Amino acid sequence: MLDLKEIGVRGVNTILHDISLSKEKSYKINNPMGQHSIACGLNAAMQVEIEGHVGFYCGGMNKHADIKIKGHAGVGVAENMMSGSIHVSGNASDSAGATAHGGMLVIEGDASSRCGISMKGIDIVVGGSVGHMSAFMAQSGHMVVCGDAAEALGDSIYEALVFVRGEVASLGADCIEKEMRPEHLAKLKELLTRSNFKADPAEFKRYGSARSLYNFDIDNAGAY
Amino acid sequence: MCGIVGLFLKNKELKFQLGKLFEPMLAEMSSRGPDSAGVAIYRNPVNAGQTKFSLVHEDQEFLWKDLETDLAASLKCDVSSKVISNHCVLISNATETEIVNWIQRNYTEVRIVGSGKSIEIFKEVGPPEMVYEQFKLDKASGTHMIGHTRMATESAVTTAGSHPFATGADLCLVHNGSLSNHNLLRRKMEREGIIFQTDNDTEVASAYMTWKIRSGATLRQALEDGIKEIDGFYTFCIGTQDGFAVVRDPIACKHAVMAENDDWVAMATEFRAIAHLPGADRARFWEPEPSTIYVWGEK
Repeated sequence: MLDLKEIGVRGVNTILHDISLSKEKSYKINNPMGQHSIACGLNAAMQVEIEGHVGFYCGGMNKHADIKIKGHAGVGVAENMMSGSIHVSGNASDSAGATAHGGMLVIEGDASSRCGISMKGIDIVVGGSVGHMSAFMAQSGHMVVCGDAAEALGDSIYEALVFVRGEVASLGADCIEKEMRPEHLAKLKELLTRSNFKADPAEFKRYGSARSLYNFDIDNAGAY
Repeated sequence: MCGIVGLFLKNKELKFQLGKLFEPMLAEMSSRGPDSAGVAIYRNPVNAGQTKFSLVHEDQEFLWKDLETDLAASLKCDVSSKVISNHCVLISNATETEIVNWIQRNYTEVRIVGSGKSIEIFKEVGPPEMVYEQFKLDKASGTHMIGHTRMATESAVTTAGSHPFATGADLCLVHNGSLSNHNLLRRKMEREGIIFQTDNDTEVASAYMTWKIRSGATLRQALEDGIKEIDGFYTFCIGTQDGFAVVRDPIACKHAVMAENDDWVAMATEFRAIAHLPGADRARFWEPEPSTIYVWGEK
């Protein structure tokens, strides 16, 4: 049990980084008080449970660890995660899972704007809805949204796959609805099962890149 | 950067603790704005026919009593004043315009930083905790408070450039972000007779709201027009006599979080500022949506 009010963020993170080397396997963090950078840069398989709401960048750069946040998460939860998992029982603020290379981020509630911005291989599953400009420039990985998506979903998207069950307010530049093939349904089913959501994969639509921005179009030369 | 915070008490029994509850909220935002800080507190409304002014003089030794006597004699009106550090809260039964004109003519070094029925504004350069202490706000009672911790980007680090900005009628505004068309709007309003004290972008937004309201708009209408006319990045928190309002620009990249329970409504740039309030862990939390107006307490 680590009391953040007593030992501060640096105190908590120093212990979590130290136990990366030892055999400790699980930790509870109390009184997070919305502080930033809690449980950042973990680099070993371990379980971390945070009792309450966290501030910005919680679990950033995570490798191997499984982090549970029992509350809401601030900006940039799981940003640049490499592997392991982060589970948020409440809502997440802007830029959840930004630039993350791997692992799984599960948000039971809603995620705010720019969820999965520039994601590079992470799997993100959101139980509620996502805000505007989600999956902006998303490069690879999967984003599953059980609710709705706000404006400009998948703007300038690369090869990430986006699945949305509800309404999409609008699609961003070069993002289109795509055919849901059996392999996509299978992947979606696997992601929903792993994240413990009971949604039917058949109710989702798939979105991805039209790939029209990949190469320079000589007809646009005048615009530069 | 900059940090903004607002606290509105729904439970009137908490009013004696307002300053104490607000202190850790402002202090928690120090890391977002260590340059200067300011608060608007709504308390002790004056009687009908009276107006309350918040005045500032850079000189701590300035003799406010002289100004008070001088003003009473010149305008043949009742005047009372209370000095708090280099600020003075002055109450008079002369009209707002008479007092403003008189001060601007006779005491050019005195700045009017707020006016209305219940608003009092205190702002100063320096770390937020020190500013709070300087004006003895920890023991203050009142109905609601708006605060700002500043990391200057658009204009100089001066008391005049500190938020909140108030341009009359109990209204004040704090801002996190930067505006891009403030010079254009300032010129437009100057043609309408509005006088500006600084070259700060936020003062323009505050003046815009006052200008709209004085032209007959409700606060909500003024904010709706503001979304169309004010360009830039912003999360605004606007204090009024009866409550406060929050609005974010259409891109909404300047952080903001709101929370509410049976006792209070709070807004802050970051959740950690609200985390100190009693019952915060079980309050309802949400992020204000882009281009959406949230108003509390407006009659």
